[in-house]
Amino acid sequence: MTQPLSSAAPAVEICGARKTYATGTEALAPVDLAIGRGEFVTLLGPSGCGKTTLLNLVAGLVQPSGGTIRWWGGAPGETGGGLRMGYVFQSPTLMPWARVDANVRLPLDLAGVPRAQGATQVDDALRLVGLAKFARRFPRELSGGMQMRASIARAIVNGPDMLLMDEPFGALDEFTRQRLDAELLALWGARGLTVIFVTHSITEAAFLSTRIVVMGASPGRVVDDVRHDICGPRDDAFRTSPAFLDCCRRLSRAIQSAGEAALHE
Amino acid sequence: MNDAEPPDGIARGFRVAAPALVGVIAVGLWQWLVVANDVPVWLVPSPAVVLRTLVDERALLLDSLGVTLGIALTALALAVVVGVAIALVFVQSRVIEMSLFPYAVLLQVTPLVAIAPLVIIWVGDTRVALVLCAAVVALFPIVSNTTLGLRSVDPGLLDLFRMSRASRWQVLWRLRLPSALPYFLGGLRIASGLALIGAVVAEFVAGTGGAGAGLAYQILLAGIQLNMPRLFASLVLIALAGIALFAATVALSRAALRRWHESETSDAVR
Repeated sequence: MTQPLSSAAPAVEICGARKTYATGTEALAPVDLAIGRGEFVTLLGPSGCGKTTLLNLVAGLVQPSGGTIRWWGGAPGETGGGLRMGYVFQSPTLMPWARVDANVRLPLDLAGVPRAQGATQVDDALRLVGLAKFARRFPRELSGGMQMRASIARAIVNGPDMLLMDEPFGALDEFTRQRLDAELLALWGARGLTVIFVTHSITEAAFLSTRIVVMGASPGRVVDDVRHDICGPRDDAFRTSPAFLDCCRRLSRAIQSAGEAALHE
Repeated sequence: MNDAEPPDGIARGFRVAAPALVGVIAVGLWQWLVVANDVPVWLVPSPAVVLRTLVDERALLLDSLGVTLGIALTALALAVVVGVAIALVFVQSRVIEMSLFPYAVLLQVTPLVAIAPLVIIWVGDTRVALVLCAAVVALFPIVSNTTLGLRSVDPGLLDLFRMSRASRWQVLWRLRLPSALPYFLGGLRIASGLALIGAVVAEFVAGTGGAGAGLAYQILLAGIQLNMPRLFASLVLIALAGIALFAATVALSRAALRRWHESETSDAVR
């Protein structure tokens, strides 16, 4: 693990960052958001509310049209400083021609890590997502849920400080999604990660996050910032607990009022 | 239900048996028509005569087949090397592609018979000239398919490579080339047939004789001499060579893509 530049600074600090695409669409109105280390932050909102744009700004995949983003207390716009990010896309986005272990090894290969040295990291990542037995398979030979796990293994293989996930389980059935949600929480706890998770599922947000940033559409903006630090384990019993249901209600109201406000503008 | 699909084993056997049966019937009909109507051999030889010619003149015919196949395969190899190189240049920038692609099209639409005489005059060595002509014909599908393939990269994977600060070389070697492989192999399948056609047509134009004579020259000469059995035998060999080339490229695609690409995995993996 590399040393963060400043241990007190938040993982990501977004100051007035906004995004207007070349077509003139305002994808994201100015956003101020500081995400602390170790937080599990969910960006929740309907389609077209700029969730993915905000995530991609944090990933450095999209440049802001204005405002600044600071990572790990570094200079604005500098993603360096030893910060490692893992990104999980909406679809597994695996290389179809490479076996599962070669897909997981990709970030190490691109960073020039020698094969022998990276082997343990690849094995660990695969074991953590339960794919150790499937290392020599091709992506096509796996189910959708297993492909997603391979994608997560790839994102964590180089021991990232932050995991960015863009509706990773949206295409999966409810049962697989719940299982992967639980596995993700275990991973988050085990690795001390900072997670930014995009979803449009209220229950998924309430189950996973320590904090939920509710977003509204046209233009994309932050409408509410809900703290959801609760004690106790997040297991199946948690899904029926009052804390969980309260949170769902609150999120649902926030999204509803944002939608109504947009209609009246 | 008479329309029901037959079981798998029968379906597979049928796939081989049905075209074979059509072939046997056609050849049998041809043999019968020639014999029954007493057609002279200098007009249409019977299949039996063609077969006998293939056996009797095998030394001469196989030599010629070797020459033609040699030209076609050398041209194909040249087209692959040059075509992939051009495609790699094209994907470096849209400006380069836009400036040069019309000329690739121009090369493609100009009939070979129109340029072959020029090439044969300009290039002293006839064999080299024939290879060049055939390569020009085979080039286009390689260039256009490979260019398309090099551009058909999963945008998510490209983002991932960018986020990992991959070098241009890493993107090319680890992402673009593997993505392009199925497209390239599709182009190769078309180009292999074109290379053979190019080799035959160019030789027709050149009319090379002597020791290095290919199948086209045998056809040309046999036509003048009204040696129909040899003409037909040469035609049969060209057809067989074309089928063999096609089958080889199909086998190559299958071997390369069997485990991961949709075009080959449909009945193999699941």
